[in-house]
Amino acid sequence: MAVDGSLVGRVFPPTRPYRVTDEKVREFAAATGVGWESGDPVPATFPIVLAFDAMNAFLDEVEVELSRIVHGEQKFSYTRPIAPGDVLTATLSVASVRQIGGNDIIGTVSEITDDSGAVVCTTSATLVHRAAEVA
Amino acid sequence: MTLEAGAELAPKTYPVTRASLVRYAGASGDFNPIHWSDRVATAVGLPGVIAHGMFTMALVARAVSEWTDGAEVVDLGAKFTNPVVVPDDDEGTTVTVSGTVKSVEGGLATIALTVVSGDQKVLGMPKVSVRV
Repeated sequence: MAVDGSLVGRVFPPTRPYRVTDEKVREFAAATGVGWESGDPVPATFPIVLAFDAMNAFLDEVEVELSRIVHGEQKFSYTRPIAPGDVLTATLSVASVRQIGGNDIIGTVSEITDDSGAVVCTTSATLVHRAAEVA
Repeated sequence: MTLEAGAELAPKTYPVTRASLVRYAGASGDFNPIHWSDRVATAVGLPGVIAHGMFTMALVARAVSEWTDGAEVVDLGAKFTNPVVVPDDDEGTTVTVSGTVKSVEGGLATIALTVVSGDQKVLGMPKVSVRV
């Protein structure tokens, strides 16, 4: 089933506030082979933890199975670095929907904001929704 | 360290095994079964279990951090052009990140990257800017 182009421009509700902790950052860094100590910079791809949450809510809403999604592109643009103690939310909006070769190419933008409402990071993703094979 | 335009940054090679993917899935919250189940991966037309694109990008961020002593990343992005297929054995595969400093201006260094697994480029137009 194709994803509906009328989704473009739709803004999804913000994810629940997420408190960045030393323990979570250490776990995330360790998963990429980095020994992280308190005070070290937070890994640049860390906001994917929030952006992924926002994407899951979006996929539920459009009734797309995660296993049919392949990541096409991801970009992060930072206003300031993330630090433990930040309380962040991600707000996902749909920027584009195209169909190519039976696949849906979905462009999303997630704004990561802190508890003062200031944008910390904007991250955009291209999601490729792979069409089911024709039986 | 000082980053100068034209400087080549020493390539970094990182191992990627099924265990890496399981660990990354847990840490990131990305439990897409194409990153741990051959059955699901092949059913959706992939050659087998593939690494999370974001795992590969995290390795890029790791390389950049190692090259720059943890410089502040301002922009980071790439297209996931070819999957990193991770065999179910002890060796897995590797991802190698190489970089060249393209420019240093306005307090930002822009680094062009090449990211390969085996002989294959896996990221398209990978780019990062760090504050210097």
